Amino acid sequence: MEYTTLILLLPFLGFILLGLLGTRLRPGVAGAIGTIVTGVVAILCYWTAFEYFGAGRDASGVYPVMIPWNTVWLPFGGSLHIDLGIMLDPISVMMLIVISTVSLMVHIYSFGYMKGERGFQRYYSFLSLFTMSMLGLVLATNIFQMYIFWELVGVSSYLLIGFYYTRKEAVAASKKAFIVTRFADLGFLIGILIYGFYTGSFSFTPDAPLMGTAKMLLPVALGLMFIGGAGKSAMFPLHIWLPDAMEGPTPVSALIHAATMVVAGVYLVARMFPLFIGYAPEVLHITAYVGAFTALYAAVVACVQSDIKRVLAFSTISQIGFMIVALGVCTSSDPHEGGLGYMASMFHLFTHAMFKALLFLGAGCIIHAVHSNEMSAMGGLRKYMPVTHITFLVACLSIAGIWPLSGFFSKDEILAACFNFSPWMGWVMTAIAGLTAFYMFRLYYCIFWGKENTELHTEHRPHEAPLSMTLPLVFLAAVTLVAGWIPFGEFVSSNGQAYHIHIDWTVAGTSLCVAALGIAIATWMYLREDRTVADGLADRFSGLHKAAYHRFYIDEIYQFITHKIIFACISTPIAWFDRHIVDGFMNLLAIVTNKVSWAIRQMQSGYIQRYSIWFLGGALGLAIILLLV
Amino acid sequence: MVQMEYYLIVSTVMMFVGIYGFLTRRNLLAMLISVELILNSVDINFVVFNRFLFPGQLEGFFFSLFAIGISAAETAVAIAIIINIYRNMKNIQVRNLDKMKW
Amino acid sequence: MNITLDLIVFAVLALFIVVSSILAVTTKRILRAATYLLFVLFGTAGIYFQLNYSFLGAVQLLIYAGGITVLYVFSILLTSSEGDQAEKLKKGKFIAGLAATLAALGICLFVMLKHKFLSPVFEHGELPVREIGHALMSAEKYGYVLPFEVISVLLLACIIGGIMIARKR
Repeated sequence: MEYTTLILLLPFLGFILLGLLGTRLRPGVAGAIGTIVTGVVAILCYWTAFEYFGAGRDASGVYPVMIPWNTVWLPFGGSLHIDLGIMLDPISVMMLIVISTVSLMVHIYSFGYMKGERGFQRYYSFLSLFTMSMLGLVLATNIFQMYIFWELVGVSSYLLIGFYYTRKEAVAASKKAFIVTRFADLGFLIGILIYGFYTGSFSFTPDAPLMGTAKMLLPVALGLMFIGGAGKSAMFPLHIWLPDAMEGPTPVSALIHAATMVVAGVYLVARMFPLFIGYAPEVLHITAYVGAFTALYAAVVACVQSDIKRVLAFSTISQIGFMIVALGVCTSSDPHEGGLGYMASMFHLFTHAMFKALLFLGAGCIIHAVHSNEMSAMGGLRKYMPVTHITFLVACLSIAGIWPLSGFFSKDEILAACFNFSPWMGWVMTAIAGLTAFYMFRLYYCIFWGKENTELHTEHRPHEAPLSMTLPLVFLAAVTLVAGWIPFGEFVSSNGQAYHIHIDWTVAGTSLCVAALGIAIATWMYLREDRTVADGLADRFSGLHKAAYHRFYIDEIYQFITHKIIFACISTPIAWFDRHIVDGFMNLLAIVTNKVSWAIRQMQSGYIQRYSIWFLGGALGLAIILLLV
Repeated sequence: MVQMEYYLIVSTVMMFVGIYGFLTRRNLLAMLISVELILNSVDINFVVFNRFLFPGQLEGFFFSLFAIGISAAETAVAIAIIINIYRNMKNIQVRNLDKMKW
Repeated sequence: MNITLDLIVFAVLALFIVVSSILAVTTKRILRAATYLLFVLFGTAGIYFQLNYSFLGAVQLLIYAGGITVLYVFSILLTSSEGDQAEKLKKGKFIAGLAATLAALGICLFVMLKHKFLSPVFEHGELPVREIGHALMSAEKYGYVLPFEVISVLLLACIIGGIMIARKR
């Protein structure tokens, strides 16, 4: 299966080609090149998946891990070396499908959405770079290679968020995203180094069982790695970059900040899952609590946001929280004995990528139509944009967890895993699922129903998006409709054995009821033209509403800590010391040298007679010395 | 016959008079004249040493002969340079020739 | 010490040379300096004659006195301007130059007079020109054909160089 190297090489070549040729290509041609390359990559990914799963299980009943290509890149001596290679196992193949599908859809969609934008070619070249890095991340054979691509993903995310680099907010958002994730990646890097130093290997699974110090320090290393994952996956309190990242073009949000890059943290935890279970289950449970809190926090905030992309951003954070929780509640690697969450998390990752990309792309169509992100500019759009409306509704139902859409199945598995862990966790997550249903339908009703902003709409009549944009919507909606019926446990499970998904109807029934309740409340509050109930509630709990609207002032706290405490109390004195003491000393040296040089320079008068008299004097002195000696 | 040292004293005096002139004259041509004095004194030394110390040989003689030729060449080039300087600066005072320092 | 004719001639020549050379470097007028230089060269030629090197003395007269001095005179005339008179020296520099020169002169004379040379032998008799010509054209030991040719090339280079440097651009 050597052709899998092409999965990485093709987008990379596409990036180089588009990046170097740049504006010398016509925008259409550049877009076509990017899309065709991604299309070929997608076909290769599907073929890889077909061949991998088609090859069947080995004697022990698992899909064998395949490494079609591997090369030792940096040997460090001993067993420690950094490899570059390609590793195929069930979750990486699953991720290949997710990434290539969403990426291809976004490429097609961008034809319509980005039409006429300045820097169209640049946009496609960055998309190719991102696709390459993300695919490299999931195909990595070892944790260090993963880290390399992890940072590449961060860079391409930075570049794409700051795509509209003339807008101040976009630049600030890109910087914020980069700095926050980079800060978290520091933890990741330290974790990797501890891991590599004590286990003597960068591979995902150490060859021999760990002993002594390695065993003792592994939880620390894994915890630090999770910090990196939390940064990329926008876990509380490192989530602050994701809502701002919505300054980027909407297809980028769909690709990077909803479907692929932000689940890298989840993927990381899943990748290290055997180690978590084997050596640090308590760290794993901490991740579960972090995930649960993040899910709750983001869901509450999402309920009151007025910018539709922000709502979707918080919804993404919340859903990633679900995935992390599902991984965190695992207590063993046997899916029948508390290891269900692993499969559930991956399943949810898969379905969420599809319907969240769909939601974002739908939001993109809406923004394209009304030229605003604010809900106040929308309302009653259903009659203008039927395709967007239907597909958006499918996605909303799916994320709310309504049978028989894909979100129902994956969320049901997550809730079942939570109830296995503790009833308390199960109920909390169920409540958050209800909140999810509520805010998604609030969003849905505010966009497509409710009072129309007639003033704006007569001035600029909303219209259905072009075919290049609706086609991906329809495709993703179709995937969302059927993805739940995929026997996902047959392919991916925590111990690799086939796991037959069966729906626990007590859990499923509860979650269905809660979701229906959430939808019903949303319908009751927002379907009508007047929003008396919603406004009344907002007035009644104005403090809470305001706090939630401002995302509980987390950004302000960060601002305070960084500016008031770190900058003012630490950085400023250090900067002063650097400017005045260190630089001053160097300047002093320079000034002294300068002055001495000037003094010496005066001796170089250029007058030949002065030179010759010195020469004569020197000769004289030498002669006297020779005579005296 | 005259003692060898007498010739040497004359040449040494001529040499240092030339050096003195080289150090104190401000005119380039005057400096060049001083250089000629120095060269001349050296020529005398060569000839005298040849005559008194190595009478059967001709090294000193030929050295002086060639030195005369070379000093002619040197003078020609030096005067060409001085004329060029004069053309550019309208005088040949050595004090003004510090354009090329540093 | 016998006062011979040789010694008298030498004394006259030596005095003439020393006085002329001192005047050559101290006179204010550059043209006079050139004239005194000419006298020094004549005196030097006289010394060569006295040492029985008539050919060398003739060459000295021909090249130095006849050629180079004329060159000096012409260049002085070409470059004469307001500043052709020697400028007043600063006292300090004058003293420094004089002191250094006198000190060096003293040391040199001291060394020279103290040094034990090989025993000087003075052979009377003119050096035949035929011998000079043979030595100059000989490629054997004590033959000077190579320096001779080198000098000729050097002179050619000087002619070209002099023209190149001095020509009007």
